[in-house]
Order: sequence, then structure tokens, then C-alpha cells
Amino acid sequence: MPRNHSIKKVLVIGSGPIVIGQAAEFDYAGTQACRSLKEEGVEVCLVNSNPATIMTDKEIADQVYIEPLTLDVLKQIIRKEKPDSVLPTLGGQAGLNLGMELYESGFLKEQGVELIGTTAETIFKAEDRQAFKDTMEKIGEPVAASEVVKTVEDGVRFTNTIGYPVVLRPAFTLGGSGGGIANNEQELREILENGLRLSRVHEVLVERCIAGWKEIEYEVMRDAAGNCITVCNMENIDPVGVHTGDSIVVAPSQTIGDKEYQMLRSSALNIISELNITGGCNVQYALHPTSFEYCVIEVNPRVSRSSALASKATGYPIAKVAAKIALGYHLDEIQNAITKKTYASFEPALDYCVVKIPRLPFDKFLSAARTLTTQMKATGEVMSICDNFEGALMKAIRSLEQHVDSLLSYDYSQLSDAELSEQLAIVDDCRIYRIAEALRRGRSQMEIHEITKIDVWFIDKIAILVEMEQKLKTEELTPELLKEAKRIEFPDSVIASLSGKTTEEIRDLRYANGITAAFKMVDTCAAEFEAATPYYYSVFGSENEAADKPSGKKKVLVLGSGPIRIGQGIEFDFCSVHATWALSKAGFETIIVNNNPETVSTDFDIADKLYFEPLTAEDVENIVRLEKPDGAVVQFGGQTAIKLTQDLMRMGVPILGTDAKDVDAAEDRELFDKILEETKIPRAAGGTVYTKEEAKEVANRLGYPVLVRPSYVLGGQGMQIAFHDDEIEKFMDIINRIAQDHPILVDKYLQGKEIEVDAVCDGEDILIPGIMEHIERTGVHSGDSISVYPAPTIGKMIRDKITDYTARLAKALHVKGMINIQFIAMDEDVYVIEVNPRSSRTVPYISKVTGIPIVDLATRVILGEKIKELGYEPGLQKEADYYAIKMPVFSFEKLRGAEISLGPEMKSTGECLGIAKSFDEALYKAFLGAGVKLPKHRQMIMTVCDKDKPESVKVAKRFAALGYKIYATRSTAKYLQDNGVDALRVNKITQESPNVMDLILGHRIDLVIDTPTEGHGDKTRDGFLIRRNAIETGVHCITAIDTANALARSLEASLDEFSLIDVAGI
Amino acid sequence: MLPVLNISNKNDSAKGESMRAFLILEDGTVFTGESIGSTREVVSEIVFNTSMTGYLEILTDPSYAGQAICMTYPLIGNYGVTPDTESSRSWADGYIVRELSRTPSNFRSIGTIQDFLKEQDIPGICGIDTRALTKILRDKGTMNGMITTDEHYDLDAVIPKLKAYRVGDVVTKVSDPVKKIFPGDGYRIAVLDLGEKENITRSLIKRGCEVTVYPAHTSAQEIINDAPDGIMLSNGPGDPKECRDIIAEVKKLYDSNLPIFAICLGHQLMALATGADTHKMKYGHRGGNHPVKDLVDGRVYITSQNHGYVVDTDTLDPSVAVPSFYNVNDRTNEGLSYVGKPIFTVQFHPEACPGPCDSGYLFDRFMEMIKNAKES
Repeated sequence: MPRNHSIKKVLVIGSGPIVIGQAAEFDYAGTQACRSLKEEGVEVCLVNSNPATIMTDKEIADQVYIEPLTLDVLKQIIRKEKPDSVLPTLGGQAGLNLGMELYESGFLKEQGVELIGTTAETIFKAEDRQAFKDTMEKIGEPVAASEVVKTVEDGVRFTNTIGYPVVLRPAFTLGGSGGGIANNEQELREILENGLRLSRVHEVLVERCIAGWKEIEYEVMRDAAGNCITVCNMENIDPVGVHTGDSIVVAPSQTIGDKEYQMLRSSALNIISELNITGGCNVQYALHPTSFEYCVIEVNPRVSRSSALASKATGYPIAKVAAKIALGYHLDEIQNAITKKTYASFEPALDYCVVKIPRLPFDKFLSAARTLTTQMKATGEVMSICDNFEGALMKAIRSLEQHVDSLLSYDYSQLSDAELSEQLAIVDDCRIYRIAEALRRGRSQMEIHEITKIDVWFIDKIAILVEMEQKLKTEELTPELLKEAKRIEFPDSVIASLSGKTTEEIRDLRYANGITAAFKMVDTCAAEFEAATPYYYSVFGSENEAADKPSGKKKVLVLGSGPIRIGQGIEFDFCSVHATWALSKAGFETIIVNNNPETVSTDFDIADKLYFEPLTAEDVENIVRLEKPDGAVVQFGGQTAIKLTQDLMRMGVPILGTDAKDVDAAEDRELFDKILEETKIPRAAGGTVYTKEEAKEVANRLGYPVLVRPSYVLGGQGMQIAFHDDEIEKFMDIINRIAQDHPILVDKYLQGKEIEVDAVCDGEDILIPGIMEHIERTGVHSGDSISVYPAPTIGKMIRDKITDYTARLAKALHVKGMINIQFIAMDEDVYVIEVNPRSSRTVPYISKVTGIPIVDLATRVILGEKIKELGYEPGLQKEADYYAIKMPVFSFEKLRGAEISLGPEMKSTGECLGIAKSFDEALYKAFLGAGVKLPKHRQMIMTVCDKDKPESVKVAKRFAALGYKIYATRSTAKYLQDNGVDALRVNKITQESPNVMDLILGHRIDLVIDTPTEGHGDKTRDGFLIRRNAIETGVHCITAIDTANALARSLEASLDEFSLIDVAGI
Repeated sequence: MLPVLNISNKNDSAKGESMRAFLILEDGTVFTGESIGSTREVVSEIVFNTSMTGYLEILTDPSYAGQAICMTYPLIGNYGVTPDTESSRSWADGYIVRELSRTPSNFRSIGTIQDFLKEQDIPGICGIDTRALTKILRDKGTMNGMITTDEHYDLDAVIPKLKAYRVGDVVTKVSDPVKKIFPGDGYRIAVLDLGEKENITRSLIKRGCEVTVYPAHTSAQEIINDAPDGIMLSNGPGDPKECRDIIAEVKKLYDSNLPIFAICLGHQLMALATGADTHKMKYGHRGGNHPVKDLVDGRVYITSQNHGYVVDTDTLDPSVAVPSFYNVNDRTNEGLSYVGKPIFTVQFHPEACPGPCDSGYLFDRFMEMIKNAKES
């Protein structure tokens, strides 16, 4: 059937802020779908609260609302924009839930608006646990014995009938939030209580535990005519029990025969047909390892993280096809964009192997439990492609950028054999390294399989890698051995260290023997048809098929930002993509190198060429040797790309934009101090150190508190405020756990207003779109602060100083392109905190709310144009007549044991925006977008450290005036009472009940304000326990006085109706 | 100067000593890899298959007689040798893979493909760039080639030999000369074994049929005399036009008015028997991902395919047969429906094994057709 022409205007719902379980994959899917809809002449109206996304660009949609994703806001947008249809299947679980709520409320019917891409019935059948179970039973598809319970007691009763262990899955939650495996009644009660609370409908599925079975997924597409195909299947290396988002995954499946493959494929087709899905769907299976018995674990009737992975793994654009299906097209009417010869009703055939590894945030949350469970913990992922599994695994490992480049990267050689056996049973992010260690010690593959339940096929592949380590260590490095090591993707540096040579020697030996990387194409069809889209991966020992047709244009390499992690998120993908588009517009051939399957930048039609490769010097060099680019841009890909600058220069690739030496000057303490001296710009006093002794000496000279941090990092990784010598010792130890190539910085800690600017500089003039002010004073990482544009509390004098300093710094650093500067304003003085001569986290936000396309401008400046020629008056641009507030969003509830208090190290995973004419409304929207919907019970707990006590009085009074009953621990209660606040004293955790913990667990608390004492992070301290328990029971927890004041202010505004701002019109 | 790709990837982590092998194509391209299976020399037609699973079913599919198969999926043998065979032995002339798994893993595995190939005396080569080979076959069309372990091969002598090679009458070679009967309570079906994949019979047995499998050269009269309720013409290897005698018998079956369902070679033979023509495709369809469109209801199904020849729809007499399926990718014919006769035939493989089972409903349609024929 051709397109349904009654669909003229579609409201697309995005997924909101990036949180664990719902990340960049929905920007990728949403962007692709919006472009697909526009291609068909459909008017697209978009709503997403996340300003860092590409989908919220005015190029992607006709109307863009960066508003909180709530039912009321959506209703208001629908009334205003009058779309004829709503597409809810591209915004993850958040989008689907909202689509369902809109439908259930009767609003869509009343407005004559259709849900497209799915039906309410489909969502209900797939998402409601009981309905799903009934549906599966009806079509004879097995599910694990289970029951939906609404109370803990029912859960216990049911479990007693099926026996422990059981898996608990709350209904309607993200990334398995609140779920887990319970081995006994105590665990069951604990997880169940939490899960019931987190579930939107207060339901949890208690299920027979099938941990240890193989986990296999299928991505399925279906059109309205009932035609079905599977795009891809995937096998989790980690058996059932680990969330698929936290598993190492391989595509296609490796250890099942055609019988099993087709059995599950047929089942997936039966399910998508019975659910009457039109679009994409993901079905997860548990397959018994020694029989044909299987269970359906879960069905996602929408695009998902897995569908993004499947799209990148096969070249089949699932979201694009899903959007076309929503418009009425049938699969055989949609052309395959890669081959342009075949159609969407065709199943991709792979002639390579794909490995995905999750990027877990344990380097950020040292106290968090590293174990992997059914609740997802990864913030992002990397994907790699190779013609053999070992190679794909090795490439994926080094793509993680976690200081790992082989299976030797974590050293378990110190463990005793007994300890190793014990630790093999622990399921965490390092298990693969322990398996390698066990194999090194000659443990049998069967024994390792018995303990880990990982299929022997995978263990054998790890064994092949371990055997190669041994050979490289003990045998002569012949060309044959080197060739084989490269075939399974050992990096030169690892070969060098194992064979006792230098990396350069290995490289020379390779070139002398013609051992170089070749590039193969991802073409959806295993070379059966000629493909038109250049999407490449590298292999060793094969014929090269890339770069065979010169375009005649100059080539520019755009380095992407790798996996999404805390501190380097989707913002940098936004920048990379916009830079690519700008370069393309300027007539260049664009080449993207990246390894993140969730992103827009790795969609095959963004750049002229896509190389899906690790972002290491050696991997990039392989591409450079082949493509011989005329230049590279590194300032848009975050620290990942910046780190490759020196290597690119060594390869002879000109760096476009700011010179490497100037980038260095901003990072190198001494060089930067010199620049500050020359430009007469003040900064906090400080020094560079290498040892603890030096650090303590500098700290004592400056006077505590001081800020301690490594140089060349993003997101303030390892940054801490130290109040005394002990803390210096501790922080230096943490920083030095990873060998530091650069000195450590110790600065006097100044507490003032934190101001941030992003600017474009052409070497002469600068352009500042706007000044952002943080609500939290210095000490809280800029990425975790609430950021307000335009800066609300600074006067003209400060503004002028900031503009002036920005111009001076940009010029002194010879910046060509982007620069980001953070300042402290204290009274009338302005100090520089840090300068990053590159694109920053705030770039998408500030460019959207000012309507100034700064990445595009920066790219053109890099290419030689001047700001004046681009139609802009240099300097600080005119302030907007509305407020735009960026609110950080955290994923603490997903990370058991993580310290949540804010500090100099970034902890947020995402952000949302509140935009409105008035500051109060913008603030209210920002909190609402971040999920803060208060008041509920009007009860709160305050426990503040001594230095915050004076300011806490005002906060308490404001909340009291809002009708809040305030509980406080002993000293806080006394202080508040002494200062006229009617606070109720509660016992500390260690004291007898009822104490503060009983209050929190009583589910009657809206809010905890807990400002941590110095030297926090000790897991046994009261504060830590209060904060963790608050987070895990779904209570909002605020750890900075400034944030508390902002929340009070937003609640005081108490708004019902919002003003809506179409950002595309700015 | 002809291209010589000297691409070798010795997987020396495999057990035992390895021997070099060469794949020589008739255009002079030489791939150097490692010998697997038998070390004897073989000349064959080289074809590629894009299935990602089902290597064992493919190796034992009689339709590959006269051909050496290149698997485009690079990791073969991962789940070892399972009972999933489609005939009593492997019929392929040769086997070409990127990598064979040294440690297969599957609960039903009883051995490695390496050993299987040796037992079956099938020569093969591994460690070559199978994608490069596939691209050559895609661009230049299916061609002949030789797998040899002779280090001193003489290209000038080999190439004329390759060019002269013809697949020939392979149906006679693969068809079981002994008639077999499988009991059942349902319809009595005669299967003409032209190189039958056993899952055709299994699919009928599953539907309760009593199945009699006849050797390829059985006369039509013998089958008709046994008074079956319906007849199946199976798949099989080679150029359909080589089967002159069988085509004549198929014409008699057509005239018998008995319900007939034919697959692949059987489909081609029925077309040839009723006046249409077939031609060789550039590189054929071999894989488990081919979309076909049912022209009756417009539905698209993903099918398992293995054919190098196709019925030429321009030569169809519309009063005899009309197309019922076409291939969504290249619009070639995938099925015919015979006018005024209880006969339908398909080019693809509804019996799957390997590949998707989506078109298995055609066996039900056959049962339905027999029922209607009996009622009328």
C-alpha cells in the first residue's frame, strides 16, 4: 500500500534526558525517523526535553519544543500545533508511556488525533505483564512461570510455589530499573519493595529464574500488510541474568544452529504478528543451553538500544523504515538505502562479526557495586566489526577508552587459584579479564564454562587470544606470527610490549612485510549486490575495498567522541555531526571515524564516508594511510578526539582550527600561567605536582580548601576538593591508580558564582552567543550545575569583563574555532577556572536557545571565513528575552552504592531544558523535565553540614512556607529551631527507631536535603546511607544549598499552565 | 597479466599440521589458503551462499552436486556437526570458507566440520578472503574453479581445463535409486526425488501423509499406476535442460490431472515440460534471506533459496501457466500457477532447512489442493 496521505502533520515524542537505560540511541532513531518523515513531505512537530540532541534541531523538525515530557505539556502542544498523528515509538520507554497516557486519557480521541506506528492495544499487550503473558499463552509461546504481584506478600507467596531464585521485573520501567534476582526471602522483600515503588503501575513480575540460559535477541520489522522480516539476531556472551544493555553482545548469534535460529526467528515473527505491531520490535529469548526449550523474556514494541545496535551492525536503518511503515508503506515498497537495489523486505546477511561492549561508569563511582544484574548500569557502549570474533573483541576493548587495550589490561596474576575460582563466579565488567587469567593458568575451558555458564565457543576464542599473548612473549616474532596477531587485532603497542620491542619497531616490521589494514564494506547483503553507501571496517589479511573512487574533493577527517560516558555525552556527537554537515556544505568530502553504535554520527548517511573503528592512534593511522585526508578536525569530538592531535600531526595530517601547541598551552599549567600573566587575567593560585608530598606542600602554602585534579581530563574526572592533608593523600592515590602522563593540579578553592561561556574565535574577533550562570556556586562540577541563560545575577561590569577576558584568552591562545571558558565571579572580580579550546558540553544548549548555530560558524571559521563575513557582529550577542535553564539529570538509582553528593567530579548522565519568558517558569519546567514533581506529601528531611547551617535557615523557612513539615537530625534540628524554624528532630540511623531511615522507608517523604560533610565518600557514614536510601526509595535528594533554594523558588511559582516556545522559531 | 591474490591466513592455532591449498578460478584469479577436508584436487562450478547458519544442511543438500560452495559468512563450524542433514551424505564438490571453528560448541554436536569434510572426502580451502571471491562471482558471474593442494600448479594448463568443465547430469548421480515408503494415515504422496532435501518428505510426513519417494528416472506411468493423491517434484542440482528424459515424464504427470506441487528443479522441469524456457542466472540465488512476493495476496515472505537457473517468464504461455511469485530484489520468477490444473510450483524452498520457515504454509496449500481435487 502506498503512503497514507491523510497523515500530514506528526508529533514525534523524544525520550527526554539521557539516563542509564535510555541514551543516545533514541536521538539516533528519532533523528533518522524525522528525516524519513520529512522526506515524505510530512510536517514534523517534535517534543523532547533534552537540548543536547540532534533531533531537537530546526533542521530536523519543523516545530521544536524542548519542554518537559509530561501529559499536560503534550496536551498543550497538541492543542497548539494540531497534529493529525502522534508517533510514540521512537522515544524509548518514556515516549511509549506518554503515548499510552495520551490515549488512555481520551485526549487523542477528543482531539481527533491518531496514534501511528503502533496502537494502544499493542502497547498494552506488550507492556502490561499480565496481558503479555496471556497473549504469549494464547499463541503458544513459552514464558517463564511467573505472576504479576502488587504487594510484597503476594510475591513471597508466589515464590514459595515456584521456588528460589526468582527474577523480579517491575512493569513500565527503564533499563530494568528496580529489578533483580532474589535468592532468598530477604532479598526478595528488599528488591520487590523497591520495584513496586518504581513501577508506574505498581506492579512487579515475579518470574522463574532462568539465569545461565543463553540470551538471544531478534530485531523484527512488520508492516500493516503483515509482512515480517528479522533484521538481525544477537547473542549475549553473558548468559541470562545480566541486563542485555550490560552484556557483551555478538551479532549474529554464533553458538546456535539453524534449527535453533529458525525456531526463535519463527517465534519472533509469530509474536510481532499477534501483537499487531507495525514498525520495529525487539524480542528477547532465553534458550536452554542443552535443549530446544526456550522462553520469551521480553518484547519491546518500539525502537530500542538493541535496534540501534542492529541497525549499525547490519546497515539496515530500522528507525527510518519504521517511520515509513507508520506512514502506510509496505516493506517491499521501501528501498534499501545502502544497496539502492534491494528493498526493506529483505533480511541483511552479514559477512563479518560484530561485538558490542557496554561502557560502565565504575571509574566515576568508585563506591558503586560493580556487579552486573538485570538492572542496567552502562551509560553507553562501543561496537566493533571484524571478520573474526577475536578481532572484533579486541577492537571493542580498545574502543572503550578505559585504559584497556588487551585481555592483559586488568592484572589478576596476584590472585591465588582459589581466589580466582571464586572471582570467576562474580559477574562484573572485569570477568572477561579473569577468564583470560584462568586460561593463562591452564584452567580447562569446561571448568570455566561450569562456573560462568559462558558458552565454550566464546571461552575458546578468549583462549586463542591468550595463546597469542604467550606466543608473542616466547616465540620469535616472524612475519607469520605478526600477521596472525594482527588478524586477531592485537594492537602494535601490545605486540611490542609482549615481544620486547617498541611500537615503532612493530609498525616498521608490519610495513616491511606488507601487513596493513584493509577496509571492507558493511553492505547488508554479504557482497551479493553492489552497495552504494561507504560504511567501512578494518580487517587484516584481506583485499581493500575502500577509497577506490576519488571524489576529487578535499577530504576532512572528523573524529567522533566514542562511547557515551559521564562527562562526555551526546553533546559531542551533536557537535561532530554539525561540523560534518558544515564541512560538507563547504564542499569537502567528509570522513567520520567513531565506534559508538548509539549515535547519529555513525549513521551511514551523515558523512560521505563512515569508518566504524576504535579511536586509537594506530586505528586512525590505518585510515589516514588509505584516505590521505587534507585535514582533520579534533575540536568537536571531546577529549577523545583532542587526545589524538599529536598523533595526527605525526602522521602528517594538518589539524584544522586551533593549533595543537595552543591546545597544549591551555592544558599545560605552566604555559597557561604564562598566558594569564601576559593577558593580565587573574586565576586562583595554584601549582603543579607529581607526588603527595608536593601536593601537600602546595596545599599548605595556598591554604585549605584546595582543588586537586589531573590535567587533560573531561568531566572533572578525579577532581576533588581537599580540606586537609589526609584527603590529599587519598585523592592522590585515586588519581595515581592510572598512570599519569601529565602533572596533577592543586589550586586554591574559591567559592563564588560560576560563569561559563562558549565562543567562536576567528583569530581576530570573537563571538559569544551568550553567558551562562550556574545556580550552584563553584565546587559543583559545571556539568552537574543548573545553568541559566542569560546570566540572571551579574551586572554589566562583570559581563564586560567576561567578554573582554574571553577575547583576550582566545587571541592569546590563537583559537580558531571553538573555545569554552569557565569563570568565577566574586563581587566585582572575575577569575578564570579553566579554558578548553574546543567544543563543550553546553554548545548544543546555547546554540539552540540563542538560535546561533555556533558549530556551523566555528567550522566555517576553521575553514578560513571571518565572523564579520558570516553576518554576525563580533562580541557578546544580544540577550534573549526569555530564560533557558539547563538542569542536570542523574541516574543514581541505577547504581547501587554510588555516592550521590555533588562535587567537582561530574556525575550527571544527561540534562533537560526549561525555557520560558520568566525565570521562575523556566526553573519550574527545568525541575519538572528532570522528573521533580512536587509537592506530594509535604514532608522533608534536612541534614546539613556545619558550614551550610547559616544558609539552611532560609531554605528551611521557604519550604516551611510552602507547607512542608521539616524533619532534621540533631544538630541541624537544633540550629533550625534556634533560628525560628519549626523543625522536628529525628534520631540518627544508629539510634533507636523511629529514626531518619524509618522516615525515608515510610514513603511519606518528598525530599531530602543533605549537604555532605567534608571528606565524604565513606560508605558507613550516616549521610551516605541517608542519601543512598533516599535515592533507592525514589525520594528526591539535594546535596547543595543553592540547588535547594532553586527548587524552593520553582515550587513557590506553582504553575499550572505553561507558555510554550517553539525553539525552531528562535 | 591476470590478477593473483596472494592472500593467506594460516590459522595456525588449529590442531595439527596445515597444508596450503589454492583456489584457481577460470579467469586466472588464484586464492591461497589452507587445505581443509580432502586434499584431492577438484574442478567444479564455484557458487556462493549467504546463509549465516545451516552450513550442514547446505553441505548435504543434493542440489549442490557439481558445485563448490563459498560461504560468505566468515565463521563456519561454530556449532559443529549436528544431526541436521538433508541427505545421507555431502554432495558438494568443494567447500570454501574464511575460518573454521577449532572448538565447536553445541549440545547436539558430535564432531567438527573439519573431520566431517575428511570423512566425506570433500576437498576445501579456508583462510581466504571469501568476500573478495564473492565480489568476483557477483561481478563476473558464476564460474568454474579448481581447489588443489599442488604447489606446482600450472595456470596455463589449468585454465583450459576449468573452462571446459560442465556440471552435466548430476540428477542421476544424487537421486536415490531405491524407492522408499514412509507410512502415514493421510494423503498418499508421490515424491519424485530429483535430489530431494529430506525435509520435503519430513514436511509431508508431519502433515500425516504417506510418502513414497521415487528415483528420478521412474516413469510417469509407474507413479500414476500407484494412484497417489498428489505428486511432489523435488529440488535438485544442475541445468534443468540436462534432464531431457525426466522432462518428458513430467509432461505426462502434467497431463494426468493429479495435484502437483513442485519445488526448485521440479518447478523448472514442469515449466520446460509445458513449453516455457529457463536460463542461467549471472550468479543465482543462494541464501536464506530472499524476499518473494505472493502475487495472489501481495504478501512478502523471506525464503530459503538455492538456484542458478530460472524460468523465463517471457516464454510462458498464459493459457498454460501464470506467475504466482516473484523475487522482490530482482523481479525474477519465483513461482507458477498452472491454468486449469491443480498444479503450483515454486522456485524457492518452502521446506527451509536451512533458512526461514515462512513459506511452509505452501505444504498446507498443497494439502488443501488435494482435498479440493478429491472432492470435485
